[in-house]
Amino acid sequence: MTLVSGWGRFPVVDTDLLRPRSFEAVGDAVADVTGSVARGNGRAYGDAAIGAARTVGMTGFDRIRSFDPATGRIRLEAGVLLADLIDTFGPRGFLPFVVPGTRFVSVGGAIASDVHGKNHHCEGGFGRYLDSILLRTGEGETIEVSREQNSDAFFATVGGMGLTGVILEATIRLRPVETGWIRERVISASDLDAAMRALDAGDTATYSVAWIDCAARGRSLGRSLIYLGEHANKDELADGADAFPVGKDPGLSVPIDMPSMTLNRYSIRAFNELYYRMGARRAGGSHVVSLYPYFFPLDSLSDWNRIYGKRGFLQHQCVIPEAGARAVLGDILERVARRGDASFLAVLKKLGQGDGLMSFPLPGYTLALDFPVNGDILDFLDEIDRLVVAAGGRLYLAKDARQSRTTFEAGYPALRRFNAIRKSLDPNGNIRSKLSQRLFDEV
Amino acid sequence: MTSRKSVLVLGGSSDIGRAAARAFAKAGYDVGLAGRDVAALDPDAADLRTRYSVEVGVYRFDVLDTAAFEGFVGSLPTLPDVVISIVGLLGTQESAQSDLAHATTIMRSNYEGPSLILGLFAEKFLGRGSGTLVGVSSVAGDRGRASNYVYGSAKAGFSGFLSGLRARASRGGVHVVTVKPGFVRTKMTEGMKLIGPLTVEAPVVGDAILRAVENKTDVVYVSGKWRLVMLIIKTLPEAVFKKLKF
Ligand SMILES: Cc1cc2nc3c(=O)[nH]c(=O)nc-3n(C[C@H](O)[C@H](O)[C@H](O)COP(=O)(O)OP(=O)(O)OC[C@H]3O[C@@H](n4cnc5c(N)ncnc54)[C@H](O)[C@@H]3O)c2cc1C
Repeated sequence: MTLVSGWGRFPVVDTDLLRPRSFEAVGDAVADVTGSVARGNGRAYGDAAIGAARTVGMTGFDRIRSFDPATGRIRLEAGVLLADLIDTFGPRGFLPFVVPGTRFVSVGGAIASDVHGKNHHCEGGFGRYLDSILLRTGEGETIEVSREQNSDAFFATVGGMGLTGVILEATIRLRPVETGWIRERVISASDLDAAMRALDAGDTATYSVAWIDCAARGRSLGRSLIYLGEHANKDELADGADAFPVGKDPGLSVPIDMPSMTLNRYSIRAFNELYYRMGARRAGGSHVVSLYPYFFPLDSLSDWNRIYGKRGFLQHQCVIPEAGARAVLGDILERVARRGDASFLAVLKKLGQGDGLMSFPLPGYTLALDFPVNGDILDFLDEIDRLVVAAGGRLYLAKDARQSRTTFEAGYPALRRFNAIRKSLDPNGNIRSKLSQRLFDEV
Repeated sequence: MTSRKSVLVLGGSSDIGRAAARAFAKAGYDVGLAGRDVAALDPDAADLRTRYSVEVGVYRFDVLDTAAFEGFVGSLPTLPDVVISIVGLLGTQESAQSDLAHATTIMRSNYEGPSLILGLFAEKFLGRGSGTLVGVSSVAGDRGRASNYVYGSAKAGFSGFLSGLRARASRGGVHVVTVKPGFVRTKMTEGMKLIGPLTVEAPVVGDAILRAVENKTDVVYVSGKWRLVMLIIKTLPEAVFKKLKF
């Protein structure tokens, strides 16, 4: 048995962790016990990638099978990391259509969470660019699923958190690009209204996201920096710049668990103040930046999750439908600011319709906050959840470690349908994760 | 035909083998992958072609089948520029203590086979006057340990073979690299307790092999820390060493 946790390092769970080397061995690993789930690169924050009894590590499956430069279609094994795809195909003029805030996620993990990027409001999520999946079900079958073939299983697998089976291979489409650079425009917003207006105005931008200073209160509540982005063409680059920038390996790393003292309301407020001012100075004009800092600002510091200390941290990511969003977001931010120990930076962005049955996105605004695990944080987050549920919103399963069954059921009305499809693929319930046990499997 | 350099990886489906093949393909080498199970090598061959647009051949090679070695070398379409032997078998020390067949397999897989095949290529390379041979040995060969001396002694033999071959071949324009990876997280070490700061992932070893070939390094300890650790372990007097639980 091995102690395993998600990126938030909470909870830590004892599980039988296997790393099979062949698809047959994946099958055996799943068939042998009741209660296993696939694990990609472990970037889900909570307990989604930990099996009820056994966890099947998939990063060893990192072969690319074929690529067609005419269509951008690529067939690959589920353990390939987006970082690897970007490094290999970026210089050849192709990037994934959708990338989350870290490039160290696997294709399987990106499908299972139907991850969203800064372009979800106009281009949708990872699942939209997915043609087909080779799936190993809990029943022991290996089936190809797509929009046309086994379509129920397809839409349940996109955003299905690994619970329909193990994704062995997938065919996805890559985006042709001229360069690996992004033309970025920074807008500073002095409060939440201005931030939401700026994001609405950014609806036509391919990429948009706001970094909120969640330490700011009163008239500055919700002040933020909005980053809009477009793929830059070759003629927009400085003379002599390479069409594809070099992605450096994370150089710095956090070598030890930081004593949780280093993160307190003073250091957080000081950091946010500085960050906001530096960003505001850049606001206005547009300039060209490498895709790496634009999409993956946190990747330059590896193991940054250790900043939050030994006890780990929780991410709270909700989405609130457009209609009532302003009031609820204001309320949440107010409570967070009063509390004072939330993240360095919170992220606010607009989402569109999700593609999978259990996909997180719905048209509205999503807010993501980090909290160190301490004292009464669980109660505090339950309080926030009540606001989210009342507004018709939901929480992102890839970030969750603690929501209640009630919160979950209120947010995901497709659950019954999803469980029916699971049952047909896996009548004996072989596939179960700590997350599914916590939130919806019968006990 | 291309004028690209080529590398042959013996033990191509091992974790280090795959990593080495990727490192060389990325650097523009055409690749030959050799292993016991040819079908298992096909996905890796496709991967290398798709990623790096290099030519990749797949060959059957069994390190225990020494009688087939000459035929194997003769059947290759071209004589590669670089040959890497990553073949090896950890086995189980405890069984090897009483099971002669198992001990023999460990010895042959880590010493006899790898030495003979690299020796054969050495003759061809010397005939041509160029080429690089890489043997992946182990820090376990630097000093016998109570816990794995069957494996360790075979690796010691292999390291000795490589060092002698290097001395002779260098005069004929052929370079020999000995790689001692230390702890690597691979299939072979799965389930073993590895010391975190001394453990590396397979791609780190792949890159180190490429660098050693290009820089003509003689002996590579993949993680610099190992050189120091082994220096200490090698210099401990036997009287002290045998008392250590190591
Ligand atoms: C710094 C950071 C920023 C992030 N930013 C974003 C963001 O902007 N947008 C966003 O959507 N997400 C974001 N995430 C979350 C991340 O994208 C998801 O958690 C993603 O699923 C992680 O992929 P992984 O390969 O690490 O999967 P894991 O964390 O290992 O697993 C996640 C889920 O996928 C399942 N899974 C993994 N591999 C397979 C497989 N082969 N077959 C079946 N199921 C599988 C697991 O069972 C689990 O349910 C971020 C995470 C971090 C750490």
